Amino acid sequence: MNNEPWQDFEEALLAMDRVRARGLLRTKRLEAAGVSFLESLVSPSLEQIGARWETGEISLAQVYMAGRIAEELIDECLPPMSPLRTDQPKMAIAVLEDYHALGKRIVLSALRASGYELTDFGHGLTAVDLAHRVKVEGVRILLISVLMLPSALRVADLRKLLGVVCDGHPPRLIVGGAPFLFDSRLWRDVGADAMGRNAAEAVSLVKEAVEEQK
Amino acid sequence: MNDTMTPLQRVLTALGHQEADRVPFFLFLSLHGARELGMPLRQYFSRGENVAEAQLRMQSRYGHDCLNGFFYAPAEIEAWGGEVVWFEDGPPNSATPFLSDLKAIPGLKPPRVEEVPVLVEALKAISLMKERSPLLPIIGVAISPFSLPVMQMGFEAYLQLILEQPEAFWQLMRVNEEWCVSWANAQLSAGATAIAYFDPVSSSTVIQPDLYRKTGFVVACRTLPRIHGPTATHLASGRALPILDDLAATGTAGVGISVLEDLAELKRAASGKLALLGNLNGIQMRHWTTADAELEVKQAIAKAGKGGGFILADNHGEIPWQVPEETLSAIADAVQRWGRYPLDWIDEPVI
Repeated sequence: MNNEPWQDFEEALLAMDRVRARGLLRTKRLEAAGVSFLESLVSPSLEQIGARWETGEISLAQVYMAGRIAEELIDECLPPMSPLRTDQPKMAIAVLEDYHALGKRIVLSALRASGYELTDFGHGLTAVDLAHRVKVEGVRILLISVLMLPSALRVADLRKLLGVVCDGHPPRLIVGGAPFLFDSRLWRDVGADAMGRNAAEAVSLVKEAVEEQK
Repeated sequence: MNDTMTPLQRVLTALGHQEADRVPFFLFLSLHGARELGMPLRQYFSRGENVAEAQLRMQSRYGHDCLNGFFYAPAEIEAWGGEVVWFEDGPPNSATPFLSDLKAIPGLKPPRVEEVPVLVEALKAISLMKERSPLLPIIGVAISPFSLPVMQMGFEAYLQLILEQPEAFWQLMRVNEEWCVSWANAQLSAGATAIAYFDPVSSSTVIQPDLYRKTGFVVACRTLPRIHGPTATHLASGRALPILDDLAATGTAGVGISVLEDLAELKRAASGKLALLGNLNGIQMRHWTTADAELEVKQAIAKAGKGGGFILADNHGEIPWQVPEETLSAIADAVQRWGRYPLDWIDEPVI
């Protein structure tokens, strides 16, 4: 088999083989300066993992562990305060109303493994709490994860509140979670700007939003 | 055409992989009962009499083939001393997990059903339903020992436990198994006809099949034989296809299936081994028109109805609060229209 390096990296992540994944990352970093390894190695492997989860080929547990390992390894070479991470619009992630936070954790890991830094607002937040924090902290990209349908519908309230508290300049609102997967029109119904079907899609959507805001 | 079987006969026939008078259908309406009685959810679930009354009224209106003994999932967490967060328009959540220290696992003791007020009310609801309508199947629900830790300790911590702490994991399974068996059997003693063994973590959406075979499968094989009545395993809209044969080997009679998988393919794979329960999309139901409901019911019956072994239901095991009563009526009407065996219309050429 002549795997591409990112395919080897993907295999190592899914096998929870930290040693092999770290070795592949090190080799790639020696080949080129800067953070090009994120584009050439990490992003394609996480995209493929996301796509394989969506088709049922791999499980949520595998996605979770792969994301955690990737996040740990990238943290070793790109620490949280690295200028390469902080030179981005302010972004945050939260679970609206629900108390189930695994989806948020998976997206957070994928974004951090892809070189983004974001604030974790936690879970169980109301739309009012969340709009207030967005305003106070100047968030420009907001990711919302939900598990339950009522919480997904509450995104519509959040959208309205953000329009008010952010003086007509609300952050880009990216949503994800089970209700949105089971009803492809739901994210539009609640006024979100975009919906990520998996963590890798969330990364792509954040990348687009960052480019737009430059 | 009128029904010629009782709901119980119809359901048992379907579970036996035979064709009944029509395709049986379950409307898993737990939250709608509060609306039926015009009271907030928390008040509604505080008394078994409320739930029994609402279940009987809703069954009478829609004509579905079961009564639902299920209150809400975190009721089992109340049994362990955990807290529940209530919402006006959706199922309660379990709050901050009570099991944050793995060192606490060896000291855990299974709760006693009779000491948990909400579960005593649930048993009362089942008894009342059985008394007032003895010919209707009553479905009790028990969260599987393998899936309960998502609420006991949080999903992330639980995945780490499964993957990295096998000794503590199996200790927790032992105590959860005792709890699950006692809660399931209490419901059967109160009058439940069958138990839905709610096991979403076993779904291939959540854990990979090889890991399931070493964990959730083993737990189910130890637990289900100790439950003194028929069981069906529900994966709460997770995927089942890769583990269908394993599920059948646990001794369960049926499986709740997801709209994420093709119903016809599931039917072929499960034929003669497992009855299928599903797979209407409960989230989309919120905006279905009457025509949508009819089409969805018709398509599901066309894919899985022939030969029995199929009970039409939503794919999650709980129809969301946001689904209007008109849609429920449309589903019920469509089953009456398109669900009559021998389902000859399926083979008729489309003009």
